[in-house]
Amino acid sequence: MRQPSKENNLFVSTGRSSKGEPWIWLTAGGLSLGIVMVIALLGLILIKGVSSFWPRQIVVMQIDGENGSNKMAGYITERSERPSEGGNRIAQIQIFRGNKDIYGESFLYLDERNIKSQEISPGYMLVERTEYGPAILKPVKLVTPSGTIEEGTQGFDDAVQRMIAINEEVREQTRHIERKLIGANARAIRDIEIDLKVGKVEAEAAAAMREVLQEEFVKFQADAAKVRERIAGYEFHGLTADGREVSYMGSQLLGSFRPNDSNWFQRFWEMLQRMWRFLIEEPREANTEGGVYPAIFGTVVMTLTMTFFVTPLGVIAAIYLREYAKQGQMVRVVRICVNNLAGVPSIVFGVFGLAFFVYFVGNSIDQVFYGDKLPTPTFGTPGILWASLTLALLTLPVVIVATEEALSAVPRGVREAALACGASKWQAIQRIVIPASLPGIMTGIILAMARGAGEVAPLMLVGAVKLAPSLPIDDIAPYIHPERKFMHLGFHIYDLGFQSPDAEAAKPIVFATALLLILLVLVLNLTAIIIRNRLKKKFAVSHF
Amino acid sequence: MSATTATMPRPDFIHVEDYNFWYGQNQVLFDIDMEIPECQVTALIGPSGCGKSTLLRNMNRMNDLIDGVSHKGDIRLNGTSLYDPDVEVISLRKRVGMVFQKYNPFAKSIYENVVFSLRVAGRGKRCELDETVERSLKDAALWDEVKDRLHDSAFGLSGGQQQRLCIARAIANQPEILLMDEPCAALDPLATLKIEELITTLKKQFTIVIVTHNMEQATRCSDRTAFLYMGKLVEYGDTLQLFGNPKQKDTEAYISGRFS
Ligand SMILES: Nc1ncnc2c1ncn2[C@@H]1O[C@H](COP(=O)(O)OP(=O)(O)OP(=O)(O)O)[C@@H](O)[C@H]1O
Ligand SMILES: [Mg+2]
Repeated sequence: MRQPSKENNLFVSTGRSSKGEPWIWLTAGGLSLGIVMVIALLGLILIKGVSSFWPRQIVVMQIDGENGSNKMAGYITERSERPSEGGNRIAQIQIFRGNKDIYGESFLYLDERNIKSQEISPGYMLVERTEYGPAILKPVKLVTPSGTIEEGTQGFDDAVQRMIAINEEVREQTRHIERKLIGANARAIRDIEIDLKVGKVEAEAAAAMREVLQEEFVKFQADAAKVRERIAGYEFHGLTADGREVSYMGSQLLGSFRPNDSNWFQRFWEMLQRMWRFLIEEPREANTEGGVYPAIFGTVVMTLTMTFFVTPLGVIAAIYLREYAKQGQMVRVVRICVNNLAGVPSIVFGVFGLAFFVYFVGNSIDQVFYGDKLPTPTFGTPGILWASLTLALLTLPVVIVATEEALSAVPRGVREAALACGASKWQAIQRIVIPASLPGIMTGIILAMARGAGEVAPLMLVGAVKLAPSLPIDDIAPYIHPERKFMHLGFHIYDLGFQSPDAEAAKPIVFATALLLILLVLVLNLTAIIIRNRLKKKFAVSHF
Repeated sequence: MSATTATMPRPDFIHVEDYNFWYGQNQVLFDIDMEIPECQVTALIGPSGCGKSTLLRNMNRMNDLIDGVSHKGDIRLNGTSLYDPDVEVISLRKRVGMVFQKYNPFAKSIYENVVFSLRVAGRGKRCELDETVERSLKDAALWDEVKDRLHDSAFGLSGGQQQRLCIARAIANQPEILLMDEPCAALDPLATLKIEELITTLKKQFTIVIVTHNMEQATRCSDRTAFLYMGKLVEYGDTLQLFGNPKQKDTEAYISGRFS
């Protein structure tokens, strides 16, 4: 609505209209404060998260400290000030110099007055390794099976890239052999042990089968070793800024980049590649390196499973409460209970889930169906199914309340019209009332999903782990493994931020993961909102 | 149905017998006694709050949905009591169609709105549905306006068209009785006229009971008129006679607009 402007509205005295203004300012102030907080939160996480992928330039510094002169290469991560004895403040910088295997600490603080010179000198390379994080060095030479290539000669960088590509293939193939083939082999051997224990097979037959599997295992290992041969002949030699010679096997190297010799476009491309790898790779080195793919996958699967459980349960409960139950004292009490359930701290749901789903339901399932495998639990241990069910309980009130509201918003006239056409009560609900209230129900589901996807505390008790060996859905029969533990972005943030052995190294990943979690919730919600708007168009209730 | 039967129309097709009705403790109908003849239009008039809607809504037991209602006396439909334990409300409502004061189409296509009563009755044969849609919409004088967009949303229609759609929906399953609660209250004069014409044509097939606040409307399209006042049936008779020569003082005061 447009307010009539003052010139047009001569009859309104300014004295009266200004009476309400302080309140308008107050409400507007409240809103702006909210908006500012949201923007600040999102902006901070966005900037920190994105900048952690940006390939910064490597600075070579000459340092004169208490213990002599020293040369150092690394990129600057932070500038700050610290108070000194004299009361004045000393400017300091934090740099990342990598090479953790040599120096022990990747990050260090330097007093800016000790830095004698700084320059961005060409030739420095950031090398990603399988262990100890990245290394920062000047390459010297690359030994390949077909000869040695010196730094500076034609085709050196191409050769390095080729070696890294080969290593990637080798890792891919050996991962396949180790995870899939040897994994299946180990499971087969375990199954034989179980069969033997319950007396399904004779000891001799079991021994024979074990023999076969044993042979197979040896063959797989030989295969893996053969694959590794391909990368064995490579060796990479370099020189750190303070003049130490280092060399790495080809199998240790995962990537290389020369930030000082690249233009903006190349650096931007490198950033995109890093982001992509962050999305699709598995974590390495206690989660501080590599990607978060299993956590994304776990979060999405857990949230969707939760939605799958909570939607029918909540909608059916709400339909009964609103449409069928006699509206009296009893229903009032139930409604109050449901609303209060929404206020119960989430960790309490975690405790309940652990006690009820994991220990009671899970153990009972194990007793009945997986008795052979006991004492190793199958369902009697935290897993993604129990986590989803726990969160479904947690978000149930949200769905019930939203659905009830949507049902009661369907105009009385429409219901009566349906009944007057000879529909039974259920037909009227099913054909007219539910379609008309679907958008409202969807809003409830969206809220539930947003709440469920961001919840961490209860998950720690019922199935989220810092490192899950395998995904809850994969290509090993029976393909869906509801009993498996899973990784979750929210728990990942907690784990990196509080439990990581190298807090400084984990910091960028914390922000990147937080950004990802927000984006993921956003994507899930947007999808649901798009679906809802489609429904709204289809089932719009007329207004008269 | 009634139009095709060779026998004479029943003069007491709907028979309200000593009917009393309460919302909780609040009695709103007192000893109503009237006979509504078959294949005629009967108008219910009276000041606001006198119980016209209540009486109408009891004829298809729509008021059963409200908590705490009770009644005394009986309403007979073609001889059988509505409250007979053997009578199923759902099949009763199939025989008694209803059009409401506020047009209330479903959030579905025009086509699906019309066939709703067939669908809930489990009759879903394509040819039957198509035929029903055409017949009902023609009867409701809407066919020519919507025949090219049967599968568009019903909300795309104008108010008057939506009300005629509701009429089409009410007559789709060929009920015997059509109850109309102020069907023109939300419409402009032109649409009102169309619906009045419609009522006059429809009475060949259906027994129609219509609630109206509009005296002219009652004279134009009804055969008999009942005047209700404070829950009591004050006067009931031929429309022309009731308006031309009312017997009761209250009736006269009301129809001449001298009502406090
Ligand atoms: N659902 C209800 N619960 C309780 N009382 C009701 C209900 N519906 C109607 N009443 C009361 O019953 C009386 C008759 O109402 P009714 O709707 O039948 O009047 P009406 O003659 O249709 O009036 P109008 O011309 O304004 O539609 C009114 O006093 C009203 O307050
Ligand atoms: Mg009324």
